[in-house]
Amino acid sequence: MKKPNDVIIRSVTKVAVVIIFTFAINLFISGHHFPGGGFIGGLVFASGLILMFLTFDMETVRHNIPVDFKVVAAVGVLIAVLTGVGAMVLDAPFLSQSFGYFELPIFGKTELATAVIFDVGVALAVIGTSMTIIMSIGDDR
Amino acid sequence: MSSWLHIMIFIPFLFAIGVPYIYKQLTPRIHTGWFVLSIPLVIFAYLFTYLPNISEGNTFTETVPWIPAYNINFITYMDGLSLILGLLISGIGTLVILYSIFYLSKHREALNNFYVYLLIFMGAMLGLVFSDNIFVLYVFWETTSISSFLLIAYWYEREKSRYGAQKSMLITIFGGLAMLAGFIMLSMITDTYSIREMISNSADLSTHSLFIPAMILLLIGAFTKSAQFPFSIWLPDAMEAPTPISAYLHSATMVKAGIYLVARMTPIFGGAAEWFWLVSGVGLITLLYGSVNAVRQTDLKALLAYSTISQLGLIMSLLGLGSASLYYGVGTDSSVYAMAIFAAIFHLVNHSTFKGCLFMVVGIIDHETGTRDIRRLGGLMHLMPISFTLTVIGSFAMAGLPPFNGFLSKEMFFTAVLNVSTMSVFNADALGIAIPIIAWIASVFTFIYSMILVFKTFRGKNKPEKLGRVVHEAPIGMLLSPLVLGSLVIIIFFFPNVLSQYLIKPAMNAVLPTLADTGEMKVKISAWHGWNTELFMTFGVIGLGTLLYIYLKKWYRIYHLYPENFTLNSVYDLCLVKMESLSKFITERYMTGFIRDYLIYIFSFIILVVGGAMWFFDGFSFDPSKDAPANMFEAGLMTAMIITAITVLFSKTRLTSIVAVGALGFLVSFFFVLFRAPDLALTQLVVETVTTALFLLCFYHLPQLRKEVSRIQFKAVNAVISIGVGVVVTLVALSANGNRLFESISSFYENSYELAGAKNIVNSILVDFRGIDTMLEILVLCIAGIGVYTLIKVRLGGGDKNEEAK
Repeated sequence: MKKPNDVIIRSVTKVAVVIIFTFAINLFISGHHFPGGGFIGGLVFASGLILMFLTFDMETVRHNIPVDFKVVAAVGVLIAVLTGVGAMVLDAPFLSQSFGYFELPIFGKTELATAVIFDVGVALAVIGTSMTIIMSIGDDR
Repeated sequence: MSSWLHIMIFIPFLFAIGVPYIYKQLTPRIHTGWFVLSIPLVIFAYLFTYLPNISEGNTFTETVPWIPAYNINFITYMDGLSLILGLLISGIGTLVILYSIFYLSKHREALNNFYVYLLIFMGAMLGLVFSDNIFVLYVFWETTSISSFLLIAYWYEREKSRYGAQKSMLITIFGGLAMLAGFIMLSMITDTYSIREMISNSADLSTHSLFIPAMILLLIGAFTKSAQFPFSIWLPDAMEAPTPISAYLHSATMVKAGIYLVARMTPIFGGAAEWFWLVSGVGLITLLYGSVNAVRQTDLKALLAYSTISQLGLIMSLLGLGSASLYYGVGTDSSVYAMAIFAAIFHLVNHSTFKGCLFMVVGIIDHETGTRDIRRLGGLMHLMPISFTLTVIGSFAMAGLPPFNGFLSKEMFFTAVLNVSTMSVFNADALGIAIPIIAWIASVFTFIYSMILVFKTFRGKNKPEKLGRVVHEAPIGMLLSPLVLGSLVIIIFFFPNVLSQYLIKPAMNAVLPTLADTGEMKVKISAWHGWNTELFMTFGVIGLGTLLYIYLKKWYRIYHLYPENFTLNSVYDLCLVKMESLSKFITERYMTGFIRDYLIYIFSFIILVVGGAMWFFDGFSFDPSKDAPANMFEAGLMTAMIITAITVLFSKTRLTSIVAVGALGFLVSFFFVLFRAPDLALTQLVVETVTTALFLLCFYHLPQLRKEVSRIQFKAVNAVISIGVGVVVTLVALSANGNRLFESISSFYENSYELAGAKNIVNSILVDFRGIDTMLEILVLCIAGIGVYTLIKVRLGGGDKNEEAK
């Protein structure tokens, strides 16, 4: 493969990826009350990762982010299932979610919901799966 | 809520999860079997505590709701019959595991697989005998088939093991499915899923039109499991399993499941002539078939397999003969035939003891000499005296000689067949006399193969040159289990009434509940009845059997007269081959290997089913009155979308197509923005981005897009299908928009802030209201991801090794 001439995309990516990741996390957290959520947040995060993979060499990124995305996906599903089981332990039907308002030191009065934990599972599953698929296909040469 | 009985059933399953860890941690320091041993031992001890209660005629019922919406509850029910089976399962299970510790090397064998499968089997078998709900029973029934399959194929690298495993699986699962159909019919007739309730409403059952079909289907299930003729062919091939398994599953427990089912169902079906003739007829044929075929076997385990078939036939026929008792209701006539049921249960226990012992001894012989071939064995008596003694005990019990327990049940069997020959119902007077004759001939053959087992193996000349190793007695650990069983064989002969009092009578009361209520049955087993016909029949068996054994060489040739091609095995093999080629033929018609063909199937199916259904039910109706007017901006978007879609059709390169499809997707997200669905718009945008990236990656692997030259006909068909799908989908969408069949459910979700504490309805639907949908979706997503990974990355054998190394 000839050496690609990609100074612009490399420079842009370095900045853009940070913005994308921040945006993804913002989307994820705001999901409770505003547009967003685990699925979209996860996908945006994944697209940021994909941008990195496209820009830099796959080996380089893999070296810097040594994560097995299959495991990420599995952990995500596991978290989602376990939140459901957790409800059963507390003698509520499977997958019951609950929420409450708490006084936290810095944030003040904050709403905490178990649905967020479930959403973390969704996000991880989405990131893990999409990255697994894309990396498998991209790696296959 | 849950009970100890339920916990007992699930303990083996739970322990099975832990076995691989124990194996991994402690092999080769300690044999995994030592840990597993505790499970059946505890269960046996636990069940033993029920004995006094059960012998007083009590029964126990515990209910745990499983799928209460469908009235499927996991009800455990314990009476005498299930207790006997439970004690056999756990008792012989203990002995078999103890035996296997010495039989299977901890250095060479995959013990984790062995014990996991064994525990699954044990749990399933316990569940089978203790569950009252027919569907729960069915689930456990099939689980035993599957675990048996896994255990037969334990040495899966051997072709014969795989063949035997497949055969047993095909036959027993087929029978299980037939049984399921029978169960469904039975539940339709009686309107209940509980066996006990079925029994209590069984009075006016026999007039129902489904009575006979249900009976036949149930019996197919029982006959396949208990290796009755003509389904018996799987059992000899199942002998490829390790010997502890043959002793446990294929002689003592699993094959008794069919017998258990027949006994359990006797109060429902018993008294019908069809039941009487089917069960006792098939049993007798099996008895004869098994014993005649056992004589010709040269492999010791095959001999025992055929003898097991024959003994199972004996028990089955006794159950059939005893069912006549229900015809007579209550009275002296009734208790005469009820003795057959008693004999069946008695022989069931006896058979488990002496056959288990024999299997273990044969395993020892195999282990020590390296062969099970009678032609290569001989003269082992002085080398293996303990094994010899045990074989004598087991074989003589099997042949029905005193002072072993087999003698008692054999005499009772003769009594039962003699009683039936004088019976006046069920047209028995015509055929009745044949029954004792068949039974007697089969007993002669049983005697012959029992003698073969003892004398061809242990007497005669020692043939060390054929064995190639020095033979000596097995270690004591290995002999322990058969010793226990062998001593039971003798103990039962001398104290049969203890067993009868505590176990067999309660079990018989479970089979014949009406008789039990009257308390008329007085059973006393004794070895000496005076000079009666039964005793003379036994003398005849011994006399003729000895003669035939001595002159075996002279008449052995008649076995060769039977042509090889007409055996049941060749029929089975032929069916298998034909079925494979037929299904291959059919599959090759439509599985062409071209994605475009598959897409044609899918799309034409959509047109036919969706379009057809809509047309058939007059579903196409449009109501544009409520539609909002389209403004300029929307019209512009529409035009852009149409242009991009047409671009895909006419693009010359793949890159153009991908970009056009991507653009189409982004334009759709604009519509979501216009209609104020920010969540959808966001999702669509991101999904589109990721899929375009994915397309670009795949693009790398695809060949250059060529101008396709194809016949106009081919193109016309494609055009019709694609236009058809487009038209159908558009029409369906328009009709759906124009009609409201149901109340909108969105009002429920409007309260999301109160119900779920979230202002975003979409997200609270995803994670809270419909959380289980989302959970399953991400599960599917994860599976799909792993699927893609497997297809691309994992290449088993012959793959590109370099890639894996990288």
